[in-house]
Amino acid sequence: MPPEEFTRPHDVLVLGAGNAAMSAALTARARGASVLMIESANRDIRGGNSRHVRNIRYSHNAATDFVTGRYDADEYFKDLMRVTDGNTNEDLMRFMIDASEDCVDWMLAQGIKFQPPLSGTLGLARTNAFFLGGGKAMMNSYFKAAEKAGIDIVYEAEVESIEMDGSRFQAAMVRHDGELHRVEARTVVLASGGFEANIDWLKEGWGDIAENFLVRGSPMNTGKVLRSMLDNGAKPIGAPDQCHAVAIDGRAPKFDGGISTRIDCVIFSVVVNKNGERFYDEGEDIWPKRYAIWGRLVAKQPDQVAYAVIDSKSMGLFMPTVYEPFQSDTLAGLAEQLGVDAATMEKTIQDFNAAVQPGDFNATEPDGCHTEGVEPKKSNWARKIDTPPYYGYPVRMGITFTYLGLEVNRRAQVFMNDGKPAENIWAAGEIMAGNILGQGYAGGTGMAIGNVFGRIAGEEAARHARN
Amino acid sequence: MPETETLQEAKRVMQICNACRYCEGYCAVFPAMNKRLTFSDGDVTYLANLCHGCQGCYYACQYAPPHEFAVNVPKAFAELRAETYRDYAWPGIFKGLFEGNGKWVALITLVLTIAVTAGVFMVQGADVVAGVHTGTGAFYKVIPHDVIVYLASAPFLFAGLAFIVGLVTFWRDIGGKPGELLHPGALAQALKDAGQMKYMSGGGHGCNYPNDNFSMGRRHAHQMTMWGFLLCFAATSVATLYHYAFGWEAPYDYFSIPVILGTLGGIGIVIGPIGLLMIKKKADPAPQDTKRTGMDVAFLWLLMLTGITGLALLALRETAAMGTLLAVHLGIVLGMFVTFPYGKMVHAVYRLGALIKFAHERRS
Repeated sequence: MPPEEFTRPHDVLVLGAGNAAMSAALTARARGASVLMIESANRDIRGGNSRHVRNIRYSHNAATDFVTGRYDADEYFKDLMRVTDGNTNEDLMRFMIDASEDCVDWMLAQGIKFQPPLSGTLGLARTNAFFLGGGKAMMNSYFKAAEKAGIDIVYEAEVESIEMDGSRFQAAMVRHDGELHRVEARTVVLASGGFEANIDWLKEGWGDIAENFLVRGSPMNTGKVLRSMLDNGAKPIGAPDQCHAVAIDGRAPKFDGGISTRIDCVIFSVVVNKNGERFYDEGEDIWPKRYAIWGRLVAKQPDQVAYAVIDSKSMGLFMPTVYEPFQSDTLAGLAEQLGVDAATMEKTIQDFNAAVQPGDFNATEPDGCHTEGVEPKKSNWARKIDTPPYYGYPVRMGITFTYLGLEVNRRAQVFMNDGKPAENIWAAGEIMAGNILGQGYAGGTGMAIGNVFGRIAGEEAARHARN
Repeated sequence: MPETETLQEAKRVMQICNACRYCEGYCAVFPAMNKRLTFSDGDVTYLANLCHGCQGCYYACQYAPPHEFAVNVPKAFAELRAETYRDYAWPGIFKGLFEGNGKWVALITLVLTIAVTAGVFMVQGADVVAGVHTGTGAFYKVIPHDVIVYLASAPFLFAGLAFIVGLVTFWRDIGGKPGELLHPGALAQALKDAGQMKYMSGGGHGCNYPNDNFSMGRRHAHQMTMWGFLLCFAATSVATLYHYAFGWEAPYDYFSIPVILGTLGGIGIVIGPIGLLMIKKKADPAPQDTKRTGMDVAFLWLLMLTGITGLALLALRETAAMGTLLAVHLGIVLGMFVTFPYGKMVHAVYRLGALIKFAHERRS
């Protein structure tokens, strides 16, 4: 038997239940539309990757209760142009940034709670507003608001495919309780995230090495809706290997490790691959500006693994880690524990130590302490690894989210391959973030994209359905 | 202190939390955690007693069960607090009273109440106890003033001593320096935080119950309980002053200071615990230490019965019920005082110690 919600007619069907989906559903409901949300997860892990977020980057002209100062649209635009290296739809980016100004007020009105800017939170206290308790608390507030508004939500319901007639959405085929059901609605908002939890799909962009990627977020983001839309002739945007990926502890869970598995010691360390060789300048720039490239760097090493090695001098200079480091009084002993070629690693660190130039070490900013005569060089924070005990952290690529998605316009309408927007289909969130993020990332942008386009999608879908 | 499973679990959880830090906005625990890279026994004992059990961090946690990290800070800390209460009990031979605490507290109070009531009847005779007494010194015709004073002050002063010994030992073990415990600035800050129950406001929106709902209900019920208790204490203090300094004997006028304070306090320790018991009944057991529900419930009932019998005594003091009510009220108050160091009351002592420590850390 299908859940009773599947048989009742709805104006707007929202696929997904994260920030973008909620933004769409709540907006559509406020415009008087009947709304059904289809969530693939159970209650414990509901809300997709939004459950793991922490803050939202939004434009504002002055300090508020939640941010320490002005971050205007121009500065936001410059930041995004820099991180994406211009690989974006500038018009949509501008539009999103301008519209992001009232994200926080809108969220507050839904009952979402923010915390005052606290010191030391990643240097984002001026630009980003932080959710009290983080993303899961935000999602709890969202679900409460949705229940109160009378939005139907069916959990553990996975969309297998989308049925279309030309450019018109007809129904979603939804698996629930082991059975496939056809769920019709007048309109649909696609807010079902990316495909980072679908290792087979990742292999299409990355090859077999994707087997060794860790997925930082929801195991539910398998991209079935996105795939079905592409099969139905929707127009893709973004490259299949473009994603946000960082260096995380290699011992992290395959899925859902979230924020706590990050490794922040790279700039103070020597990073070797399993052969014991260095492969990149660990001290190129401060960590917030470099952590996002290290996922890719590690992915290119043998077995997609690397090892950050520090000595006791550097302990305590970086965020504590969720797993204890491997530890030994000798480099050979550490190499053995890590499973790294000991002779090569010792030689690598010997050569590195010999190349370290004298300087005034300063943990908090690029200090110019560098190496000379070793390849690759280390530009900052280069200190000899010579004071036992030695510590090592295994590092793997943790994928956060993918950028290949559906092309949309300012009205969040999904384009078909013929260049025309689909009749009754809108998209919001990660499934369309690639329109703005061709590459690179600035923390908290995903939340803004999801909220801005989610609200537009909800509004447009409600209007269309009720006309 | 031997390394218990409870300590290990608290350390495990704190290591995960310290690599996440999303909950820094809820209360004092997380800013205090942020200042540490590793966690000793004393560190987690301090943090556990700093936790007010608002449960905000549990519902916000991306690592809560069924996640394999299985992070449940309120439960881990509640279980560790139970160990604190037991381990720092003085004298040590009474530690066992924390096992099955609810039953012990109920039994001790019952025995004392029966003993006092029976004793009064036996010594004074039913005619006196069931008689109507009015005017100055009316109570003391049933139980002489000195008897009340000795009976009540002995366990009360002993409880005070036990609290001090427990607090000083706790303070040493959580890494506090001897002189800092009474540092005026830190003490004032801690008393302010305790008085307002600041950290029951969970980042400004209240505790989470019965599920992920935010509500100030628990904070307000707890405030009523605590301030009710303190008003009762103030009423007794003023009355003592009246008696010894001015020679004015109870019962006092309905609009006298001791009676007004006592009435308000009595209402507080009846309504507050009713609220807390209702919240407890509705609450999600997942983030709680359900093993010590008995301790919590016994303490709340004890306060409530103290309030009810006290208010009844006030209302019926000019009737024949006064004598019996006075004896019962005294018995229950004795039960409360005797079990103070071996029941839920001690949470206030270690909470205050933890708040003083946090006040110091916040300054540095």
